Amino acid sequence: MNREHDREIVRYRAPTRINHWIVAISFVLAALSGLALFHPALFPLASLFGGGPWTRILHPFIGVVMVVAFVLLAARMWRDNRIDARDRAWLRNVGDVIHNREENLPEVGRFNGGQKLLFWVLVTCVLVLLLSGLVIWRAYFSQWFPIGAIRLSAVAHALFGLILVCSIIVHIYAAIWVKGSLRAMTEGKVSYGWAWRHHRAWFREVVSARRRAD
Amino acid sequence: MALQSLDIVRRSATTTPAPQARGAHSGQVAKLIDVTKCIGCKACQVACMEWNDLRDEVGHCSGHFDNPPDLGGQSWTIMKFAEHEHADGSLEWLIRKDGCMHCADPGCLKACPSPGAIVQYANGIVDFHEENCIGCGYCVTGCPFDVPRISKHDRKAYKCTLCSDRVAVGQEPACVKTCPTGAIVFGSKEDMHEHAAERIEDLKSRGYANAGLYDPAGVGGTHVMYVLHHADQPELYSGLPKNPVISPFVSLWKGAAKPLGLLAIAATAFAGFLHYIGIGPNRTDEHDEREAEREAQRLRAEEHP
Repeated sequence: MNREHDREIVRYRAPTRINHWIVAISFVLAALSGLALFHPALFPLASLFGGGPWTRILHPFIGVVMVVAFVLLAARMWRDNRIDARDRAWLRNVGDVIHNREENLPEVGRFNGGQKLLFWVLVTCVLVLLLSGLVIWRAYFSQWFPIGAIRLSAVAHALFGLILVCSIIVHIYAAIWVKGSLRAMTEGKVSYGWAWRHHRAWFREVVSARRRAD
Repeated sequence: MALQSLDIVRRSATTTPAPQARGAHSGQVAKLIDVTKCIGCKACQVACMEWNDLRDEVGHCSGHFDNPPDLGGQSWTIMKFAEHEHADGSLEWLIRKDGCMHCADPGCLKACPSPGAIVQYANGIVDFHEENCIGCGYCVTGCPFDVPRISKHDRKAYKCTLCSDRVAVGQEPACVKTCPTGAIVFGSKEDMHEHAAERIEDLKSRGYANAGLYDPAGVGGTHVMYVLHHADQPELYSGLPKNPVISPFVSLWKGAAKPLGLLAIAATAFAGFLHYIGIGPNRTDEHDEREAEREAQRLRAEEHP
């Protein structure tokens, strides 16, 4: 092993990365097709899916793929996303986070307070989108529900879809903002310095071999 | 302008005006259904099938006179028969021709996500343009009267057109043409109001104190109206809603949520952009790498002294 390789940590192994990108791709497709049906100004997005009827047909199936893949990914991640007192302190100092003053923040484990908050927002959104989406899936399920439930589900699906889209914009921006993060999800590795700077407690655990890299 | 009607006042999922140079200068139209004159012969159902070339599947008797039992892709109007027992024990058969009410404020059109799949003409008729329909069923969700149906065969939404094709060339709807008792009449909305007023006066003189016109204000009035003997209890007529309105859920979903939703998405992305150019990226530098290396050596020394 060369020295350069030696100073890297595996952050996400290949199965996790593949799982993440299945969620990501299905999310982008579900979001584009969903937005096409959400606002007239975005209806032209339906062309990407072969027109309006194909958009209507495909959107729920893409959504189901996303939910299944997300559940598998969340099952890998949830243990590291339990919010504790350190995370709450981290979240209270969001000003330091935004201004890149990490030296003022509590030490961070595998995920920081923001990532954990995002995780649980995503879990909530996906759950609501799944349930409301089934209710408004006219071809197969709507006939089993009263009209009031369908109307509530339609508005809930739109609102939680919007929350999800905005949350993922934050997620994507965070990867652009914190350099080295994207590589963790593409090639799987981060440098020692990256781990020490952003996730010091996790860095210590991995380097001292108290936990396996994942 | 061949095949263009140029009198479209509202068009689904469209934020700019539709072609509407032609107005309804002779007044908006309305169909008046006088349920007190209806004998339940279903000639209107047959006329609708005949004019529109619709043939529903022959079903089964479900124990009452409604046949077919529900509106559908091939049944745009059906007679609904309600047997109502009054407090004094007397029985009354309340028969209502069900179908699209052609609301002035149509919930289906508000809910529809597909540009031009639902239009409202200057004369008040709400029409589906099925070639633009994507089959999502949002019109069903939006309708306060539970009228549109998605066809199981082609996954398009269908409902009464008020015979827009006949009306466009100066004819009355097929059901009106055929009704043997004159229970269904058609004309300008103003004339229909006058005609209804005469009928209501007559009904009141015959003991129907609560006779009245059903032209619900909650949806801006309708272009299909009923004369009811019991206008105080429209629910008696197979669940005709007393105060139909577009559901507040649908109003939120298709109202404020749309512009605010797009604004939220744009604002989130723009906030990220501003952060990047204002504060900038968070980079791991040489200092971090050196500190990390030092820390790693210390930790390994602890593990393997």
